[in-house]
Amino acid sequence: MTAVTDLPTPAPAPGIRERVRTFSGRHRSTTILVGMAVIGLVLPLIASVPPFTSFQTQTAWIDGFANAGIFVLLAIGLNLVVGVAGLLDLGYAAFFAIGSYAYAYAASPYGNQILGIDVAAALGPAVGIVFWPMLIIGAFVAAVFGILLGAPTLRLRGDYLAIVTLGFGEIVPIVFREAATVTNGTNGIGGIYRPWVPGLGTFSAINPIPYYIVTLGLVAVVLIFAYRLVESRVGRAWEAIREDELAAAANGINTVTTKLLAFALGASTAGIAGVLNTAKLTVVSPDQFTFTISFTVLAMVVLGGMGNFWGVGVGAFVIYTINNVVLHSLNQFFDAMQVPILMDIDFLQLQFLLYGLALVGMMLLRPEGLFPNNRRKRELHADMTDPSADEMLSTESTEEGSR
Amino acid sequence: MTATTAPTEAPVSRSLSGPQSQVAGLAAVLGVLLVVAFLWMGPQQFVNALTLGAIYALIAIGYTMVYGIIELINFAHGDVFMVGTFVSLGFLTQLGFNAAINDPVLLTVVLAADFAFTMVVLGIAGMAIERVAYRPLRNAPRLAPLITAIGVSFILQNLVQGVPPYFGFGPFNANSPQIFPTDIAVEIGNASIPVLSLFIIVVALAMMIGLQLFVGRTRIGRAMRSTALDRDAASLMGVNINRTIAITFFIGSALAGAAGVTFGLQYGVTNSGLGFQAGLKAFTAAVLGGIGNTVGAALGGFIIGFIEVGAAVAGFNSWGPAIVFGTLVVVLVFRPSGLLGQQVGERA
Repeated sequence: MTAVTDLPTPAPAPGIRERVRTFSGRHRSTTILVGMAVIGLVLPLIASVPPFTSFQTQTAWIDGFANAGIFVLLAIGLNLVVGVAGLLDLGYAAFFAIGSYAYAYAASPYGNQILGIDVAAALGPAVGIVFWPMLIIGAFVAAVFGILLGAPTLRLRGDYLAIVTLGFGEIVPIVFREAATVTNGTNGIGGIYRPWVPGLGTFSAINPIPYYIVTLGLVAVVLIFAYRLVESRVGRAWEAIREDELAAAANGINTVTTKLLAFALGASTAGIAGVLNTAKLTVVSPDQFTFTISFTVLAMVVLGGMGNFWGVGVGAFVIYTINNVVLHSLNQFFDAMQVPILMDIDFLQLQFLLYGLALVGMMLLRPEGLFPNNRRKRELHADMTDPSADEMLSTESTEEGSR
Repeated sequence: MTATTAPTEAPVSRSLSGPQSQVAGLAAVLGVLLVVAFLWMGPQQFVNALTLGAIYALIAIGYTMVYGIIELINFAHGDVFMVGTFVSLGFLTQLGFNAAINDPVLLTVVLAADFAFTMVVLGIAGMAIERVAYRPLRNAPRLAPLITAIGVSFILQNLVQGVPPYFGFGPFNANSPQIFPTDIAVEIGNASIPVLSLFIIVVALAMMIGLQLFVGRTRIGRAMRSTALDRDAASLMGVNINRTIAITFFIGSALAGAAGVTFGLQYGVTNSGLGFQAGLKAFTAAVLGGIGNTVGAALGGFIIGFIEVGAAVAGFNSWGPAIVFGTLVVVLVFRPSGLLGQQVGERA
């Protein structure tokens, strides 16, 4: 992962840094694999040294890292849609839900009964192997829904996409809840089989390491896909559409199919994350997929730096870890210490207020995010540094009628 | 420059006969649908639909005005409405009005004060939101204000979860005092129609007519229309753009506040998550009517009210939001300009 190599760490010698940069530019996929392997080894080690062990055990940390990895996947997928193609998707949790339910149907007694198949009888003890094809099927199903939703709305201007996805994100959990005859309603689907991978040991609630390894691998694969896509012809088309849709169309880009592709690929990444999440939780219910998930992932993308994959990955990881470890610990700490006002505050409740403030603050002060993508940064700062400000103003007013 | 680069959606020619006959046809169709709805639902549910529709219409007008003038979907608008329900609730409970008031004079005074207070507070809040979160981004890429809007929406929701407990209610669900007696009803045939519903419908219609007159007849209204049509040209003609946009936000948010008051009176409950769905439905109403068009938004609000109550009558109560959303997608696919056509800029 380039995250490691591109970070402005105090390099011992500029020569090495330069060489690493050149290498990572030429061999992106290798760099991602090596980087993820390094991260995968370093994180458990960090979690086993004193300041971190005081929060929770190493096992709990690794479990948290695996969960954070699911959000990293979501953030990478949403970044493809929002950051690269510039389409605001506010119902991203819906695709996460669709992927989750897809796995639940394929890999649980209840789901199998609805579908009229019996995976457990067919595969016996190796039933968890169904996880692997379901990763692809889940991604595919989510992509199909993305296309179904995007096809009518991507022809319209971008704002409509935002509101339609917002509605979609609201409706999908309602459908899963209300169509109780085939979804088991509010109770959701339980007893979902855990994955099975030869040589990785037992996947279980008390042993998060296999999940951790699988998550790392999936993040690496998705990152490689994402980087290769963005640096391809279609990736340039996405960026062109983001910067100026009219100009992109004038240059021969089919904006509708290109946007649809970004939307579908973003949805499929959420589908993969959903399959992984369900395989880890072994239970799925409609109330897991509220708007707060979509909003959290959006905050991760915006804070991490729209358009920059490793940036949003780091953003997602840090935000998830802060939420689930630091805020949790603050609650416990102030409760234990009986601090007058602070013990009444639920810091986990506060997180969404913080996200809201962070979104507004980031957009006003540093719209390119904490780890900016260079091109995106120039775009977001164009009108603020551009001396010909009236030029921008009049372009903007012409776009009112055309978008 | 507008004409040269954006020929596709240049203002449609507004010949007098075309739109008028279209509107007449639309009115006829809606009239028939209203009669059908009345016969199917019965008077009781018909009035319920009108009341709910009036509330949606008041919210939808705010969406459509803001969209008309700065082309921004103000995601926070639904939450402004939700804050309105809480401000009204706070106003009444802090003054000690917790139950129905049977003295007509006192009731009128309290209601007027409640409406005035809530609308002014929300109007100022709306202006503040515009000043802080939208104005600095007016020339930024359009993704930026959309993201701040969603951020403001979350800030409002979480502030409401955090602040009201200090006044003794909330944080999530709160009972709003129904100071308007709910048991007074008019007997029509064998149905009894609550006076409260009629009051809400009349108040909402009065506000919509007032808004229409304000936008159409006053100097500020003219400034709003001209700003919506062409901001630069309006600015060159001496219109204070910032002030005009701020006033638009004031009016839109004040109407959402009024919707909040009526919601509290009608349903007697509120909830910090209320704004999300209400906002979605009101936005659907605005799109249905033709975004940017205040008359269309009002019309759309009533239609959404009928759709939702109709769904409940047909036994799909919990599917309401899904049906409304389905309506939104259908409208966007087949008639993205809405029922009353593309009139962005014609009305503020």
